[in-house]
Amino acid sequence: MSALDSLYQQIILEQSKARTGADLPNDQLAGEHLPAGTGQCHQLNPVCGDEITLRVETSGDAGARTISGIHWAGDGCSISMASASILSELVVGLGAGEVQIMIDSFREVMRSRGKLQADEEVLGDAAALSGVSKFPARVKCAMLAWVAAEDALRQTA
Amino acid sequence: MLLTSADHVHTGPLTDVEVRRIRNDFPILGQEVNGNTLVYLDSGATSQKPVSVLEAEQEFYEQRNSAVHRGAHTLAVAATDVFEDARATVAAFIGAAENELVWTANATAGLNLIAYSFGNASVGEVAPEARQFAVGPGDEVLVTEMEHHANLIPWQELCRRTGATLKFIPIMDDGQLDMEAAAAAFTARTRVFSFTHVSNVTGVINPVVELARMAHDVGAMVVLDACQSAPHLGLDVKALDVDFAVFSGHKMLAPTGIGAVYGRAELLDAMPPFLTGGSMITTVTMDRAGYLPSPQRFEAGTQAISQAAAFAAAVNYLSETGMDRIHAWEAALGQRMVAGLEAIPGIRVLGPSAGTARAGLAAFEVDGVHAHDVGQFLDAAGVAVRVGHHCAQPLHRRLGLSASTRASAYLYNTTEEVDAFLAAVAGVRPYFGITGA
Ligand SMILES: Cc1ncc(COP(=O)(O)O)c(C=O)c1O
Repeated sequence: MSALDSLYQQIILEQSKARTGADLPNDQLAGEHLPAGTGQCHQLNPVCGDEITLRVETSGDAGARTISGIHWAGDGCSISMASASILSELVVGLGAGEVQIMIDSFREVMRSRGKLQADEEVLGDAAALSGVSKFPARVKCAMLAWVAAEDALRQTA
Repeated sequence: MLLTSADHVHTGPLTDVEVRRIRNDFPILGQEVNGNTLVYLDSGATSQKPVSVLEAEQEFYEQRNSAVHRGAHTLAVAATDVFEDARATVAAFIGAAENELVWTANATAGLNLIAYSFGNASVGEVAPEARQFAVGPGDEVLVTEMEHHANLIPWQELCRRTGATLKFIPIMDDGQLDMEAAAAAFTARTRVFSFTHVSNVTGVINPVVELARMAHDVGAMVVLDACQSAPHLGLDVKALDVDFAVFSGHKMLAPTGIGAVYGRAELLDAMPPFLTGGSMITTVTMDRAGYLPSPQRFEAGTQAISQAAAFAAAVNYLSETGMDRIHAWEAALGQRMVAGLEAIPGIRVLGPSAGTARAGLAAFEVDGVHAHDVGQFLDAAGVAVRVGHHCAQPLHRRLGLSASTRASAYLYNTTEEVDAFLAAVAGVRPYFGITGA
């Protein structure tokens, strides 16, 4: 597989069009009056203009929260959009602690400059984004939704 | 008729044959990228450097390195000569006198120098001759909607500090300045009009003489961002009748770290300095200082001396090739790009369509594929282009975009390279699985 094909795997091209979770209404981008257990974060990559506003909804008791919904609005390249879409499919139903472990693991792979291959057991379809780590200029694109999710999740604690 | 090789090199339009010879002077262009021959189409961001420029910098350090304007020893004199000869060379290249050319780090630093000097003329105790630069509440600073952030934000900040109002002349759908709106935009309150000669996104070439006249008619100062024109068009600041102009060396074959501000001599000598300190003063006491005339007045601290020497080598290279020939060659490459891009389904070119004058660059949108992905795909084919907003967010927003892909040519690009770029662009939508027109 060429380096380009390893970056743009079929699943990434499909997910960049599917945009699972991209249903945050325009009038909610400001993130005002969020109910308890809900967090929201806006992330912008000023270099290329990629942008996302991502909301995390949780249920359950403090200390043992479960992700009940992810909703986002964003605009950007296929890597950033596919990454947000895959994240949205992966984390609903998981515990907050498990999701944080996924985010940490994803970040480690992205920063590895091509040395680490993601563990599909941990990261599921997000493992297809491993190829991004060979393209330092694109790591921020892949991380955008995950950084937003991490911050939003922190607000729910 | 028999042509000698000298005739070949210096007369008649540039041809692919001569451009291939020019390329031999640019070592970096021979390399492979991702298994393909490099096609460098990002000169609008920064240009590549010929051997003569690299050698000028090395020669300075090997033979003349010393501080300038500060010593009686032989090397100091030699370094000062190199530095001031370089100034004369670059000044002549744009039709200015030596004392009208101030070295800066780049165009951004130059625009900030002008805006901050105006600001210094606007507050506190101001010398009578400096009052002509003052702006304050009720005054207007005018720019255009196509400006690079470097020619927008310094004016936003000047207005914020002084209470003046920032206004802009809008552009039209084809990227051209709206000249009707321009006529209405100048008022008796317009103090400064700062605009770009050539848009770094649409390639639009603004009618500088006409705009400068409109500004002067209302008594405004005219500042020209010549970043995308000085490298490509052959600039004559006197014929254009602008009061100030700025440009960056690195976009015109010179190293990074050096640029210049042109200012009419009587203005530079009256304007308060921006950066102050050593090398720009006459008499200094514990409570005040007198300032040297231009250009030293604006060159506080140790300057980019080897870069200045190399900048002179760069403009000599351009002059020897001939700015008219370079301009004509790039204009043809620009037209070839636009005509080729317009023929590819799903591509929208920003700015004037084929057949209308533009600089040798083309920014475009690929329907269904983000610019970042376009750039990645082209890079895999060895084609280096710029993606993003190109430091012109308001312009992109006006055209309904957040990002675009830009190819920009220079004297060392061949028609084959433009064709290789076009062939690569034609492959973008199929690769990303996008169909339809
Ligand atoms: C039109 C225009 N103005 C200003 C600049 C800023 O130049 P520099 O980054 O060299 O200061 C650029 C370069 O990107 C430009 O294209």
